[in-house]
Amino acid sequence: MSPAPSPTALAADGISYEVAGRTLLDAVTLDAAPGETVGLVGPNGSGKTTFLRCVYGALRPAAGRVLLDGADAAALGVKERARRVAVVPQDSPGTFGLTVRQIVAMGRSPHKRFWEQDDADDARRIDQSLRRVGAAPLADRRFEELSGGERQRALIARALVQEPGLLALDEPTNHLDIRYQLEILGLVRTLGTTNLLVLHDLNLAASYCDRLFVLSAGQLVASGSPHAVLTEELLAEVYGIRTRIGVHPVTGSPNVVYLPLS
Amino acid sequence: MSAEFARPGPKSVLRSPPVVIGVLTVLLLAAAVAGLTLGPVRIPPGEVLSTVLGGERTGAYPTIVWEVRLPRVLLGAVVGAGLALSGTVLQALVRNPLADPFLLGASSGASAGAAVVVVMGVGAGAATDVALPIAAFAGSMAALVAVYAMARRGGTMTTGRLILAGVAIQYVLSAFTSLILVLSSRAEHVRAILFWTLGGLGGARWDQLALPAVVLGAGAVLLISLARPLDLLLTGEDGARSLGLDPGRFRAGVFVLVSLIIGVLVAYSGAIGFVGLMIPHAARMIVGASHRRLLPVAALGGAVFLLLADLLARTVAAPEEIPAGVITALVGGPFFLWLLRRSSRTEGITG
Repeated sequence: MSPAPSPTALAADGISYEVAGRTLLDAVTLDAAPGETVGLVGPNGSGKTTFLRCVYGALRPAAGRVLLDGADAAALGVKERARRVAVVPQDSPGTFGLTVRQIVAMGRSPHKRFWEQDDADDARRIDQSLRRVGAAPLADRRFEELSGGERQRALIARALVQEPGLLALDEPTNHLDIRYQLEILGLVRTLGTTNLLVLHDLNLAASYCDRLFVLSAGQLVASGSPHAVLTEELLAEVYGIRTRIGVHPVTGSPNVVYLPLS
Repeated sequence: MSAEFARPGPKSVLRSPPVVIGVLTVLLLAAAVAGLTLGPVRIPPGEVLSTVLGGERTGAYPTIVWEVRLPRVLLGAVVGAGLALSGTVLQALVRNPLADPFLLGASSGASAGAAVVVVMGVGAGAATDVALPIAAFAGSMAALVAVYAMARRGGTMTTGRLILAGVAIQYVLSAFTSLILVLSSRAEHVRAILFWTLGGLGGARWDQLALPAVVLGAGAVLLISLARPLDLLLTGEDGARSLGLDPGRFRAGVFVLVSLIIGVLVAYSGAIGFVGLMIPHAARMIVGASHRRLLPVAALGGAVFLLLADLLARTVAAPEEIPAGVITALVGGPFFLWLLRRSSRTEGITG
């Protein structure tokens, strides 16, 4: 296997974003050390996906900077940025019947001139990534025909052949069976990349992330280790719910138990 | 299900690009020979071959074959290939398999541009030869930009909005074309309405083949070399960007290139519809959606299809000639309805 690219240090500094006068992100600051897995949590509409899109360059922040290994991401070309940051979207739009292998092969694009074809080395990397996510048997299937979990694995394989230092994942466990959720998150942690995850499930976030960042109405309201961040007071304030939070007897992670609304 | 897809069977051998391209090439040659043989006067295939390959130029048969039918067959192949190529690429650009140069108004825009030149009688002879394709190019690009802008209003593009905008523009432009040709009140202009709005290959001449052929050849080479970024567009705006492609800039460049191809072809063949809708779809069903395989297969398929359509157009009602666009619309309209029905049921088709 080719030497894994080194993980990227991410520093997002005071990111703001607004659309039609409405502030979606208000000076959000987040950082991830090389190789760290950080989770972004918060209620629907709190700006998690918007923030992620600012990090990978789909949106241009109104203020603030995204630094990748200290370099301003806005100054990087689209291609150069894609060599450093790979994205696993929530879902991918219709692809006219492309096969899984063809979808995964797209991950080589940032490393290629646009007219270049994939060579034997690319084919080898594509095979490796497919095997790594357990999607090798799916290679010749049409992407649209896959189940949610299979698609998610194919999209992770695509991100892997991109050889990024930073992986941005937007709710990678959405709509998946619990087994696939655990599989995907476990897999992400073994990749050796810096990972930025948007997650809904607080218990999964607590057990798979090194640090958590909590967004509420576009503002960062807490950050730190899962134990420090996930408190009954904070969840009451941010989500408007009552919880009991203990330490999980087996994993040692914070364990959130939701109580009925009064 | 997975075993069925993973197993390489005889079916997948038949679908391998070299085999498909080989079969289509044979079909293209057969369609060309049929196009040279059949018509108001039936010419024995032997005579046809001795004219084309043996260089026989004198006599009634060789004159018909060489002066009338061969340029028409060549133009048909070039136009068919170009329309199918443009349709395939337009479908990727708007990420919608219902796109087609005709349905998106580009062909009608080109016709309108060309008709303006014809009516105003810009120059004569050589000057018209230059002005006609340029005006058609400008017309097709203006139409495409207008349709795309309208379909994109509000940020998201739905299939319904795209097709409605396209058809509306197409109607307005072909009405405009008819209007200015009628108002010019010259008999030959009025007769030309049918040609500009429905298309036809009857006007093919040797001295007007070079430009469409060169534009098609260069366009095909360029587009096939752009297969990788075209594939990336299929993953959507965010997807393409995160894979290293600036979708806005790339799309703008390719829109210009496709407009040029459509404009130049329409300047010599009128607005022939539905070739660019049906052929890409059929090609995708055979070799898949990856553009490096898809584009050559679509181009060859388009050439074969238009040759056969034109053959029908000039033989079914002989000695009357039906515009080739009527035949393609008769086949393509129902096909479009079938696609529309299907796209509302299957996922991954909607914009």
